[in-house]
Parts: sequence; structure tokens; C-alpha cells
Amino acid sequence: MGHRDGVRDRWGTRTPYGPGDPWPVRVDMRLADGLTEADVDEWVPSAAVLHSNGDGLDIAVRGGRVVGVRGRGDDRVNRGRLDPKDLFGWQANSAPDRLTTPLVRVDGELVEASWEEAMDRVVAHSKRLLDDQGPSAIGFCTSGQLFAEEYYTLAAIARGGLGTNHLDGNTRLCTATAAAALKESFGCDGQPGSYTDVDHADVIALFGHNVAETQAVLWTRVLDRLAGPRPPKLLCVDPRTTPVAEAATLHLAPIPGTNLALMNGLLHEVIANGWIDEDYIGQSTVGFDELKEMVADYPPDRVAEICGVPEDQLREAARLLGTAERLTSTVLQGFYQSHQATAAAVQVNNLHLVRGMLGKPGCGVLQMNGQPTAENTRECGADGDLTGFRNWANDSHVAELAEVWNVEPTQIPHYGPPTHLMQMLRYAENGTLRLLWVSATNPAVSLPDLPRIRSILSQERLFLVVQDAFLTETAALADVVLPAALWGEKTGTFTNADRTVHFSGKAVDPPGAARSDLDIFLDYARRMDFRDKDGNPFPQWHDAESAFQAWQQASAGRPCDYTGLSYAKLRTSGGIQWPCNEEHPDGTERLYADGKFFADPDYCESYGRDLVTGATMEPVEYKAMNPDGKAMIKAAEYLPPHECPDERFPFSLITGRTIYHFHTRTKTGRVPQLNDAEPEVWVEIAAEDAKRGGIEDGAVTAITTPRGTIHARARVTAIREGVLFLPFHYGYWDTADPAGRDGGRAANELTPTDWDPVSKQPLFKTAAASIAAADVEPPVHRPVGSDTEVLEDLEPRGASR
Amino acid sequence: MKIGLALRELHRAEKNLVRDLLKVSDRHKAEHEIHHVARDLAGWSERHVRDLAEAGRRYDLDLGTSVPTSGPLGTIREKASELTRGLAQPGLLLLADLRRLHRSAAGVSLDWELLAQGAQAVKDADLLALAQQCHPQTLRQMKWSNSMLKILSPQVLAS
Repeated sequence: MGHRDGVRDRWGTRTPYGPGDPWPVRVDMRLADGLTEADVDEWVPSAAVLHSNGDGLDIAVRGGRVVGVRGRGDDRVNRGRLDPKDLFGWQANSAPDRLTTPLVRVDGELVEASWEEAMDRVVAHSKRLLDDQGPSAIGFCTSGQLFAEEYYTLAAIARGGLGTNHLDGNTRLCTATAAAALKESFGCDGQPGSYTDVDHADVIALFGHNVAETQAVLWTRVLDRLAGPRPPKLLCVDPRTTPVAEAATLHLAPIPGTNLALMNGLLHEVIANGWIDEDYIGQSTVGFDELKEMVADYPPDRVAEICGVPEDQLREAARLLGTAERLTSTVLQGFYQSHQATAAAVQVNNLHLVRGMLGKPGCGVLQMNGQPTAENTRECGADGDLTGFRNWANDSHVAELAEVWNVEPTQIPHYGPPTHLMQMLRYAENGTLRLLWVSATNPAVSLPDLPRIRSILSQERLFLVVQDAFLTETAALADVVLPAALWGEKTGTFTNADRTVHFSGKAVDPPGAARSDLDIFLDYARRMDFRDKDGNPFPQWHDAESAFQAWQQASAGRPCDYTGLSYAKLRTSGGIQWPCNEEHPDGTERLYADGKFFADPDYCESYGRDLVTGATMEPVEYKAMNPDGKAMIKAAEYLPPHECPDERFPFSLITGRTIYHFHTRTKTGRVPQLNDAEPEVWVEIAAEDAKRGGIEDGAVTAITTPRGTIHARARVTAIREGVLFLPFHYGYWDTADPAGRDGGRAANELTPTDWDPVSKQPLFKTAAASIAAADVEPPVHRPVGSDTEVLEDLEPRGASR
Repeated sequence: MKIGLALRELHRAEKNLVRDLLKVSDRHKAEHEIHHVARDLAGWSERHVRDLAEAGRRYDLDLGTSVPTSGPLGTIREKASELTRGLAQPGLLLLADLRRLHRSAAGVSLDWELLAQGAQAVKDADLLALAQQCHPQTLRQMKWSNSMLKILSPQVLAS
């Protein structure tokens, strides 16, 4: 067992294996300095929460404190391995600046308050708004970090209790396109493939997915295959030369914003060369002819011109994909946060449908997530869909949900799709949404066009509630701040990108008066006095386990069926993939193994949208198109991005992640090893561009878009010429301007407000930008662990208005 | 034969639709999805205008390939939208504009219907193919305005 230095040794030692063999166990561990396993009082089962991979681990407890983590060798996801963030990230739980008491704004300042006082304010404001305008005045922006029990409860409170349509997660930024692409192709959300497909594949294609940094342990699995006998070939599509690109058999670096043209071009070649499974297409799909007709317009020479990728590389890539015997494809933000996101991600599904490669070992599509519990927001109905993958446009689904909750169907808004996050912000901007409750996320750093976001969140007329473990940039703007427990301080379950459900136990008590998010939501419901049809308090559950049981009931008979699971079963298992029910007591490794889908008109989660306009399809249209519930092959034409480089802004700006940080560094920035690994924002630029612009490696630069300017040190890399890359993690809490009122550091100061019309995922990878050497002092951040009293630094809220 | 008449009328209607889409895009710059998608959809009608002009030549029509642009008024409309982005009132204007847009697209759709019927009657296969290629996009423009109206109206009307 390794006491691994995950900073210098990002993926650990190789344990090579061959196709079809089980991935060998390698247990990683990290304990506080000086401790050994013998010093640990208790190991509490859990899984990783600083990425979407869902690596099983045990939390080490000594003397009532978290003192480390150890990977679970019996876990199906990681076989003992841990991501660098998880090796060190647990230290954030005991950071000195945890929020330990509620805060309320008095005369422009956040001051300490009791729970009674804080919740009374929230409840009084909610009731006033309900009287004055109704539920449309209230919205919830939740997270990708809570547990299933918490999302399910929040969905019940928002939709069944208040009756508002405004509930979404910041998972809108990370996983909305995955859900949308699956719904478009298969009629329903639900990851078709499994991580074990890596064990069998002979070709692995990664579309806009820098798995080496976003899901380090899954990349370890790939590296171990590459080091073993008969390794798979890798295809990487990414404008950056990432670690994946460096290891790839073939690396395509398209111009940002042209993914759909690229995919149409690849499909053109696959179809033209007859690398298709006509039996599968005939039996299990509809829509192939439209695709064939569409991609006929995308011959290699045209696509080469649009995407800036050489023709021979396109042909070679198509050959790799077309002649693979066991093709596994993964998709992430390079597609999801780029122009025509859903349309491009759907073409990856199409690739597998035309090749008949689904549901078999090594033949999987993995439409990935960015955050650890993103999958649960989708299932539980906290991310723009109804609970249990129910269809808002299908009245019988709404009636079913109303029966589960024992409320009137009319209480659950279903006159349109649930409001997505960016639209909610727009409603807050125009003053029609007047209470926004943010839980465990940080829109003041993570959303695009931050000057606009700050101006919305700091309006006097918007009542902002922020529930978090730290005083984030968003919390600094709040009217009420509610201190929340973190992972390891509460009980629950969560599900990773390949449908693996893990139990996460309470290892220690939360600090001070902090409470679990579940307890906070339930407390609100009781104070609001929500009642079901029989006059009983709603929600009818009261703690994590009863919430889980209620959620199981709500999931019964749906694709994400949890009825075969229990806390006891999960506690001792190495992760179980849903659906798990009587029929599949050990879970389900791959969906759609029999060529049957969840797409029947009466069962499907969505009737679909127009891939270009985003218009919702009517039930009758869906029934006419897909009466037998087959997989749907949907084609779309390429359109140029909405913001293209020009003379003034000659670069394409893309944003992304580093392996050492998660989201807005709320946790990872408070961990010395991770913070020291990448303490400051940087910008990547190609050598030729740097030379032309007189920019030296390490020099401070100013990056500008029509939204603003930030400063960052240059890293001259092998990124595609004409493209700039910025990591999006860096905000302001660790600077002298903790609410970020003056901007200047976060990548999202620069990104535009534009989203995919289908998935509503904001686009972070199609801004036009300029860069120049800057004669300024580099940004300064405070070192981790300094005993700065954060509250003192807060300006009164009115100051910027 | 009155095919030329139908072509001329459709050409005029598609130009109007371009104008309407751009106007909606400019007037509602603060509604980001409307702003961007309306411009994408104007692109479809722009192509229809050029294709119709091309087809018109075979019927001795000089319809012209020029398409409307936002012009200087567009910039003023965009500015006005940005200045009023904190107000709820433009919401009603948006509903009215989407409603008008839907009717305008419906008119274009009917005109394509007529042209396709005429093309079949005079056995002009090229003209029929053009109608079959363009008309579905008009229907999608209609569905979009309808869909956005349906999705955005509850908040405008309830607040």
C-alpha cells in the first residue's frame, strides 16, 4: 500500500493488464503526518467528492477528527486508487475558516445570528413573496456536491411544497449536455456504458475529455491498459495538447466551436466506407436516412477547412473509429461547453448506433459528468427534470409523482420544462425572481460574464440565501448565510458518471452550529408548514435514511431504479450500478444490452428538442417519429459560433481544469499541497503566438474580451495556434478583495453569456479574446492557513451600488 | 402561369422574415437565447431569399439577392435592450414580438406550400426540390417561436 505523493506522482505506479482481464488492485492511502493505519480509530465508508469519478474510499478518523483517506481495493470504480485531490482534499474539512454559525445581513454587514433568527428571515421573506407574486418569485440553485437524499428533498420542497418551476443545479454547467444528449438519442437519461468498458476496448475515443486531469483514476485505468499486452488505440479530440493527447495514437485539434462539423465529417467517412451495422440500425434505431443525407454535405475537404484539421487526419480518425471492434467513447466539456454542444455530443451516440456498438463489453458511450454527484441532481429532479427521469410533458408521469408525494398534480409545475439556471439568473436580473437560494455552489465565480452575475446577485431587491461550508464569493453577497456540513460530516448516498451508487457515512460531527444540507432543507419545510393532501407535514421523511427510502419509492419502475439498494447493502459493497431492483439485485453493468431502450412514448423522459433551435417537440410528433421506442439517430447542420475571433480579438479563448483543483477551489484552495501545486491562474498560449506577441514564458499578460480583462502569467505550450486556455478555478476569496468586486482574476470575467439552446449549458469555450504582455504586478493571493479573519474584509453590501 | 407571382410573394415574405428575426434579436439582446437563436434562424431565411432569387431567373424574374440587415437602428435597439435589462416590462414586448414572428413564419410556410403545389402542377422538379428543402426550416422557425412563447410566458404573466 502506497503513501502516495499525489502531487508529483499524479497517476501513481503502473499495474499493467490485458484486454478482458480484471484491473489489478492498487491501494492508495494518505494519512496526516506521523500517523499509520494502526493509529486510526475508525474507517468510515465513502467515495470521492472532488470530481465525478466516484472512487470508493474509507475516511480515517482519530479522536473525532478526519485524519486521512484510503482507497477501497474492493471498489469496482477505482480498485483502491485515489485522485491527488482526494489524497489531500480531506484537510479542507478542518480549515480554520469554516462557517460555524449562520450569518445575516444587518446594516450592510454580515453578522453572526442564531439558526432561529436566520431561518425566520428566510421563511418570512418566502411567505411575503408567495403572497405577493406566488411561487414564480422563488428559485433554487443547487450543486453537484450534495447527496441524493438532499436533492430529492429539495426537489420535493421546491416543486411539491412551494410549487415553483425554478430549480436547477450548477450541474447545468457540467453535465446538462450529457443528460440532453442521452435524452435525444435514447429518449431518457442514463449512462449506457460502464468504466469497465476500458478493460475490453480496442479503441478508446475521447471527445473533448481531458480525462487525465478531470478523472485521474479512470485515466490510470487507461494507462494500465496502455502498459499491458494488446493495448487499445486512443483517439483524442482537443485543441490543447493534454496528457491524453500526448498518449494518443491520433490527436485532432479542431478550431474551438467546430465540433459538430468534425463529427459530421467523421460520420460521413464511417458511412461512406460502409463501416456500419445495418442489422442493428434496422432493428434498433430510427432516423438513419436523415443522418446519411445530412453528413453527405460534410466531405473531408470541407470539414478540414471548417475545423482546421488536415484531411488525412480526419480520414485516419474515421478509420480508427470505423474499424474498431470494441469502441468505447467518452465525452466531456470540450463538447458540452462548446458551440452546438448537444448536437455534437449526440453525434458520438450516433457513431455507436450506426456501428451497433452499445451494451457489450468494450462497446460503451460514456457521456461524462464534471461533478461528483451531478448524476443525482439529474435523477432526483433537481437539474431541470422531474424526479425519477419523469417527463414534464407527460401528464401521467406528473400524476404518478404527485401520488408518490401525496400532493395535487396541479401543485407540480409542468406547463413547460423546469427553468434552467441561466434563465433563472435572467429572471433575477429583470426583477421577477426575488429570492434565490444557492446551496453548495459558487455562481459568483463559476458562471459566465461575472461582472453581470455580480450585478445580479448584489441587487437590493434580490433576497440571496447561500448555504455553504465556507464564505465563498457568492456567500459574501448574501442576505443570509447558512453554515453547512461537508462530506464526512453527514450521511447519504451518491452516484458517479457510470451509475455506481456509493454510501457515504458520517465520520465526524460538523463544526460549531453547521448542519447537513438535508437538515436545513427539512427545517425550512417544517417552518413553512408544507402539508400533503392528508394534512401531514411534507416532505414526509425526517432524516437521511428515511429520505433514501422515499427516494427509492419515487424511483421504482423508472430507469434509475434504486429499490434493490439499502444503506446496509451499500455500506459493505464496492459500489452498485443502477438500475438495481428485484430483477437486477446486483445492479446493471451496461444499459441497452438487448437493443431495447427507455424510449417508448409513454415511458420516455423527454419528447426531445430541435437540435438547432432547441424548440421542444410535441408528444404527437414524438409518437409519429418513434412509435416503437427505438434509439433515435438525430442529425444537425453546423452553424458558425456566435462569437468568432476578429482583428481586435484574434484568439479563441477556452477555459478548463487542472488536476489539482476542483470547481472554484473552495476546498482545494484551502489544502496546502493542492494550493501549492497550482496557486495562481495562468494562461496557455502556443509558441508561435507567444513569439508574435512578444510574450515570454512566465511573463504577466493581460487577456481581454468584450466583457473585461484579467491578468495571468503565460505558459507557452503546444496548444493549437490561435487558442488561449485559462483554468476557471481561480476566484477571489483568497485575495484582498474576497467578494471579487474589482474582478481581474477569474477566467469567467471574460466568458460570454450564451448557452446551447438544447441543453441550456453555458458555453465556456467560444469567446474571442486578445492577449498582450502586461506591465503590472502579478496577482497576489494569501497563503493557505493564514489566520485572516475573513469576515473583516467584507465591505458593506451597499458599497458597490 | 402564375408561378412567378408565387415566387415573388414568397421572396418578399422571406425577406420580411429575415427583417423580423433580426429585429427580435436586436430588441431582445438581454434575452440571450432569443438574441442568438433568432440570428441563427435569420440565416436560414437569408439562404432561402438567395435560392428563391436564383429560381426566379428561370421564370424571368429579377428578385435580387440582397437581404435585410440590422442596420444602424439595430445598434440602437440593442442598446435599448441592454439599458432596460433590469426591468420586467420588456417581457410583454417579447411575448408580442414572438407572437408576431410566429404569424410571419406561418405566412412564409403557407407560401412555400403554395409554391410546392404550383411546382408539382407545372412539373418543375427543381422548384419542388427547393420547396422540400426550405419548407421544413420554416416549420422549425415557427416551432421555435411557439416553443419560446410557451416557455417564457408563465413568468411574464405571473409576475
